Amino acid sequence: MSTLPLETAAHPEQLRRVVIEPLSRVEGHGKVTLLLDEDGHVEQARLHIVEFRAFEKFIQGRPYWEVPVMVQRLCGICPVSHHLAACKALDQVVGATTVTPTADKIRRLMHYGQILQSHALHFFHLSSPDLLFGFGSDVARRNIVGVAAAYPDVARQGVLLRKYGQEVIRHTAGKRIHGTGSVPGGVNKSLTAAERDELQKDIYQMIAWSRDAVRLVRQLFEQDLATYRGFGTFAARTLSLVRADGAMDLYHGGLRAKHADGGTIFDHVDYGHYWEQISEEVKAWSYMKFPYLRALGHEDGWYRVGPLTRVTRCDFIPTPLADRERREFMAFDDGRAALSTLGFHWARMIEMLHAAESIKDLLHDGDLLGTDLMAGGKRQARGVGVIEAPRGTLIHHYRVDENDQVVRANLIVSTTHNNHAMNIAIREVARQYLDGRTLTEGLLNHIEVAVRAFDPCLSCATHAVGKMPLSVELLDADGAVADSMVRG
Amino acid sequence: MNERPSFLLDGDEVPFEPGQTVMQAALAAGRYIPHLCYHPEFTPHGSCKLCTARINGRLMAACTTPAETATEVESETEELNDLRRTLVQMLFAEGNHFCPSCEKSGNCVLQALGYDLGVMTAGFRHFFPDRPVDASHPEILLDFNRCILCELCVRAAREVDGKHVFSLAGRGLGKHLIVNAESGRLADTDVKVTDKAVEVCPVGVILRKRVGFATPIGARRYDKSPISAQALADAPRPLERNHD
Ligand code: SF4
Ligand code: FES
Repeated sequence: MSTLPLETAAHPEQLRRVVIEPLSRVEGHGKVTLLLDEDGHVEQARLHIVEFRAFEKFIQGRPYWEVPVMVQRLCGICPVSHHLAACKALDQVVGATTVTPTADKIRRLMHYGQILQSHALHFFHLSSPDLLFGFGSDVARRNIVGVAAAYPDVARQGVLLRKYGQEVIRHTAGKRIHGTGSVPGGVNKSLTAAERDELQKDIYQMIAWSRDAVRLVRQLFEQDLATYRGFGTFAARTLSLVRADGAMDLYHGGLRAKHADGGTIFDHVDYGHYWEQISEEVKAWSYMKFPYLRALGHEDGWYRVGPLTRVTRCDFIPTPLADRERREFMAFDDGRAALSTLGFHWARMIEMLHAAESIKDLLHDGDLLGTDLMAGGKRQARGVGVIEAPRGTLIHHYRVDENDQVVRANLIVSTTHNNHAMNIAIREVARQYLDGRTLTEGLLNHIEVAVRAFDPCLSCATHAVGKMPLSVELLDADGAVADSMVRG
Repeated sequence: MNERPSFLLDGDEVPFEPGQTVMQAALAAGRYIPHLCYHPEFTPHGSCKLCTARINGRLMAACTTPAETATEVESETEELNDLRRTLVQMLFAEGNHFCPSCEKSGNCVLQALGYDLGVMTAGFRHFFPDRPVDASHPEILLDFNRCILCELCVRAAREVDGKHVFSLAGRGLGKHLIVNAESGRLADTDVKVTDKAVEVCPVGVILRKRVGFATPIGARRYDKSPISAQALADAPRPLERNHD
């Protein structure tokens, strides 16, 4: 088992244990445990996430064509990513090595709709309360209701951006959640002219608001540069998909892994053999696996995925407004914002802008109304589909037998890729902010702010935005509750 | 013209031809009685009890009760629809009917009845059966976890295809669908994908392979109009034909 500073304390039995559970304003269920010595020095910090591996068993024996719809049950917040990743994998099984232009563009449109709605939800609902009011600010106000009262325009735009993304999903997938639009080999519908016109109406407004959101994050950095620059920041290797010319492509591409200094580990690797590059380590203290790059081994091979990685590691963004914002972000504060953990938010908003611009381009592409929806070819026993989901690289891998039944499934979701990186981030924050101090709700929220920056999706269940109570317990060395605090 | 025989359905006169059941006469007259195991092309079976009506004061299955004069039938009452809702809930609870990821969704009779009758809650704890699917046949898939034991496939095979492919075995809670092959596998029966038995399953048990979600949401059968309207539109109308 690899051990990093603060991952495992030398003498845990003598330490005081603090548990942050459940984490609020993150998707699903997770907890953070801290071990403190008598003087309040942090000796150990761990993020625990219960991963939903049961699904991979559950899908065994099911007919493959059911999978892209079934997998959406994994996640109530970005089901479309699973829908599309599964389809991309099963395209190979049905021999559709290339899908038709209409199918490709309808799927991309669906995906950008998903990126837009998910990023809007995350930034406006889940994270803006911390960023606008302060990490340790009054907890009663630190939620979306507080934001709506103090910044009504920001809150309204957040809601409408999300809604627009959901409308894109509805028109392409048939429903806002649990749609069926993408099928192995293609799509089951294209857009009607009326649907396209309806979406065209508001897209310029969405682009403008997305740009405002990028600017808003920039202002937040400018207002408190010292905090934003250093908060939970650490150097990380990265993994993402990029297009053959190095451009950002959230729907399809080759795998690119970089060292923390930007040096290449590998580039444009065909994801069809991802297991030659990536392996997963099991640690006794966590149910979730820790993926790592084989070339570097499990000690050093951990990496970070997601918006911050994608924006900083692509060579350019193929839409003009988002690319201009990317260049400003990369140059800001001599490049330090692009390395910071809170830079996630900035990158996320740049991606939202890119998604809005991409939707606009697609809505002006005649292929969206095409009627050539399906492709096929020689059956294959195996299929791998990789997509850049809102939270990061998402891998779906299936084996299908000659009776059309799934015999094996392996899924690596973005939150799993980021498992190690999130653990590093909370240790940084624990060291920077909590060490040696009396713990308060506001201080503990700093830990959650770091987790939230990654926008982890900790579950497949429905979410309760801002409603999860946070309970913190101080346990003495015998495990008895010495003190506790509950946030409603 | 002779006075045609008739009975009263919810207070209105419904004419019938000798030999018709209450269900057949009602549908022919444009009056809907909810039903599930009844199908106009096959011998009535009377097992699901969804068509239960109060006939001269007694609860009886409208699909198997012959129409007779001087009969009073109550069907559209809150009491009977409550009973029907409970029956639908029980069928949902017994099998795996997770509509959002079932390919039959939108074309499923059970789901359509649930919507039409206004079934809003699960009502019962689900059984979550875990029976392996039979994917042995190259063209047809069987997902036994959704069978509602209506025997439509049994009747269609026997009466139309002239085969014995499906049957129900066991009793009570243990009752289940089997296929007529020593191996127990569909591939070893004489079923063909073009058989009537393959198209008639009201839920997602007997499925053509590799169709899946080919029909988009909005274009599926019950997306267009509720099952009650479609049952009336599809009902044979012997009366009209006689007057042509
Ligand atoms: S398989 Fe379908 S048609 Fe046959 S008994 Fe079961 S539900 Fe009815
Ligand atoms: S429809 Fe009459 S008992 Fe089923």
